[in-house]
Amino acid sequence: MARIELNGVEHSYAAKPRGEADWALKRLDLVWRDGGAYALLGPSGCGKTTLLNVISGLVYPTKGTVTFDDRDVTNLPTQQRNIAQVFQFPVIYDTMTVFDNLAFPLRNRAVDAVKIRERVEEVAAMLDLTPDLQHRAHGLTADAKQKISLGRGLVRNDVAAVLFDEPLTVIDPQLKFQLRRKLKEVHEQFNLTFIYVTHDQNEALTIADQVVLMNEGAVVQVGTPQELFENPRHTFVGYFIGSPGMNLVPCAIDGDAAVIDGQRIPLAQAIAAKAQSSTGRLEMGIRPEFVRVAPAGTTGAVLVTVAVVEDLGNFKMVEARLGGHAIKVKLPEDQEVPGESASLVFPPERTKIYEDGRLIE
Amino acid sequence: MNKTENNKAWFLVLPVFVIVAFSAIIPLMTIVNYSVQDIFGPDQRVFVGTEWFRDVLGDERLQEALWRQFLFSGLVLLIEIPLGVLVALMMPKRGWTVSVVLVVLALPLLIPWNVIGTIWIIFTRPDIGLLGVAINGLGVEFDHTASPLDAWITVILMEVWHWTPLVALLAYAGLRAIPDAYFQAARIDGASAWATFRYIQLPKMRGVLTIAVLLRFMDSFLIYAEPFVLTGGGPGNSTTFLSIYLVKVAVGQFDLGPAAAFSIIYFLIILLFSWLFYQALQNVGTGEKQ
Amino acid sequence: MRLKKSAVGLIVYLVLLMLPIYWMLNMSLTTNADILGGFSLYPKDPTFDNYIKIFTDESWYSGYINSIIYVSINTAISLTVALPAAYAFSRYSFLGDKHMFFWLLTNRMAPPAVFLLPFFQLYSTFGLIDTHIAVALAHCLFNVPLAVWILEGFMSGVPREIDETAYIDGYSFPRFFLTVFMPLIRAGIGVTAFFCFMFSWVELLLARTLTTTVAKPIAATMTRTVSATGLDWGLLAAAGILTIVPGALVIWFVRNYMAKGFALGRV
Repeated sequence: MARIELNGVEHSYAAKPRGEADWALKRLDLVWRDGGAYALLGPSGCGKTTLLNVISGLVYPTKGTVTFDDRDVTNLPTQQRNIAQVFQFPVIYDTMTVFDNLAFPLRNRAVDAVKIRERVEEVAAMLDLTPDLQHRAHGLTADAKQKISLGRGLVRNDVAAVLFDEPLTVIDPQLKFQLRRKLKEVHEQFNLTFIYVTHDQNEALTIADQVVLMNEGAVVQVGTPQELFENPRHTFVGYFIGSPGMNLVPCAIDGDAAVIDGQRIPLAQAIAAKAQSSTGRLEMGIRPEFVRVAPAGTTGAVLVTVAVVEDLGNFKMVEARLGGHAIKVKLPEDQEVPGESASLVFPPERTKIYEDGRLIE
Repeated sequence: MNKTENNKAWFLVLPVFVIVAFSAIIPLMTIVNYSVQDIFGPDQRVFVGTEWFRDVLGDERLQEALWRQFLFSGLVLLIEIPLGVLVALMMPKRGWTVSVVLVVLALPLLIPWNVIGTIWIIFTRPDIGLLGVAINGLGVEFDHTASPLDAWITVILMEVWHWTPLVALLAYAGLRAIPDAYFQAARIDGASAWATFRYIQLPKMRGVLTIAVLLRFMDSFLIYAEPFVLTGGGPGNSTTFLSIYLVKVAVGQFDLGPAAAFSIIYFLIILLFSWLFYQALQNVGTGEKQ
Repeated sequence: MRLKKSAVGLIVYLVLLMLPIYWMLNMSLTTNADILGGFSLYPKDPTFDNYIKIFTDESWYSGYINSIIYVSINTAISLTVALPAAYAFSRYSFLGDKHMFFWLLTNRMAPPAVFLLPFFQLYSTFGLIDTHIAVALAHCLFNVPLAVWILEGFMSGVPREIDETAYIDGYSFPRFFLTVFMPLIRAGIGVTAFFCFMFSWVELLLARTLTTTVAKPIAATMTRTVSATGLDWGLLAAAGILTIVPGALVIWFVRNYMAKGFALGRV
């Protein structure tokens, strides 16, 4: 277990990087707390795999340092970093039994046979692999094989961190859920640092305590799933997290309210004050979950036309229009849906203002 | 891999079947036809049943040629397969050297087989050949026209020189197809180079090695032009392999019946052993039938 | 340039591989008299006489062209029919599939000598004697099974999930096969194309049997030269080198495609 720090890390795959686009990783400084469960989340090509490879040692960063517990490992190869890695597809030794697979890392380090047996049996029990221990790894299902991959990382006592690179990609959807839960259990039991790369926010939000959201090589926000949901610091976070993402509408500021299409939306005092003196492009952001439908005439309510109403079982999705802009509202299934027009209330504590994409706070 | 049952897949296979069957079926039937008849003249044939087969199987010289053939093919496999894999492991993975190495490896394979024999005649001559002069210069008396052992050594050397690149190319393709993640995982697990070879590279080369073993077995068992040009089957009979004997019989006696029967037996032997190799290679290391 | 042990080993092997060929080259550039006169590691008095003597026989030139033509046709046909078939064997199970797969390989197991006559009769019936297509087609007998076997092996290394993902994404089969699948089996295609080329290029018996003049390959011409020359070593060596050159040139020109074919295919 280790505390991992990345300082001033930047990386380009090009030999002579010229523009912004050549940098796969823009400058970042991150600390991964010992024993934390982190998700590296972001769309394809955002640099999360590159970042993982910098931590694992597959890639030596163009600039910056990587330290494990204050030990500089920046230029050390993978096998000297004491990490474990689980890949997108199961990587196992086909010709060996499950037991031998799990024992392999220990045997290579000349651990004594009795200790090996204890440790392997312990890890196998944790991963529900005990009945398969004497079977050849070759014939097992994909999820069992991924568990073996994970198990090989867990058997070693000195593992600094376990890195996951989209490990559920080849798993059947029904089994993904079970495997996710198992990963969470394992984390709680072994208390290792987990760094989990994924483009699926559900996976990230289930497994991680802290989410590192990335886009185009830069870290956009780090925080708990809740923080990212309730307080997105960047419009990208608002858009990426949540399903559907945050509503973002260009607006102006007048006094203590945002103005969209002539209608006023009350804001928190402090925010409004700061927004007034801003010079950039302003947008109002609010999550569909927080918008409320109110009876006509309520103070501070905004009049909208209703374009589409979808009944999606547990909830309803309403797409309304304010001026030319779409506003999505997520309503509980028993809520009455308004007809052609409606009154929406935007709670000020949930209404965010973004200047050039960045949150004003 | 789990295969889906779908008989419509036959359409994908049909072109292959037609093209191969066109050249395969009728000539085969013709040979079977000849093998059970005694042909005196264009219109004089007598059905003789299994007489030719019994004659051929009882022929002592054929049995000797057969044993020689097994010994030859056995040696060939024992040398070429490990050597080819070793070469493949040494080949570069990236850069300009890859294409250069591929071209050099490919050269022996592109030489017509009778020319191979010619090359080695020249190369081993004690007066004008580099190898011949070198060996005799070292004081070793080496003459493949006089000594059966020397003839065998020369033939095996020629064959290994000629065909190891095939094994190497197949093995190289197999190695290149292994995803990097396996090697990363092995490094993370602290595996030695030997362990990486034994548990990752070798198992993942099963497919290409099966092809290499089967191809080399079949082709070495059928070998004709190279040894014939080099030694003519001699000295005496010492390098008369099965094909060389077959041609002697067919041409010498000019009798299609026995030659046809011989060919069929020849074919069945190769079929049997190829099948055995195939079964063995499919099951090695998995412990279960695939 | 630091040389690892493996690089040294490889260089030693490659040098040994080139020695006999170099020796032929050496002889071919020397007159017969010089050869018999004294042993020499390189041609002391290099001469192109041997080559000139051979090239005055114009059947050499056409022999080259003929070989290239039917070998190319054969490689193209073999690859084209083998790819879908290999895919079928890899992904589907159907009536008689295992038997068919093994039967294909059995076509390489028969000794050719006795089959030449029936072959001639068969192709004669179809009026195909002395055409390039005849040799190309005949060579399919042993090249197509090999192509199917090699390609199937590489295809089976690609997980089915990739096919399924493509279909879910709306790819039609041809589009999936050409844009997604084939790049993943590049190494297999490279190997297969090379082997088809190679086995067809060196095959003598069928090529000689099925052709008379128009489509005669160089190896046949070479054997004529050999019997005619008796024991003129220089001439013999030159003829030998000349049978190697075209194949070597073709491989040299496609070497980068071959190397790309072998390059690691990342899934």
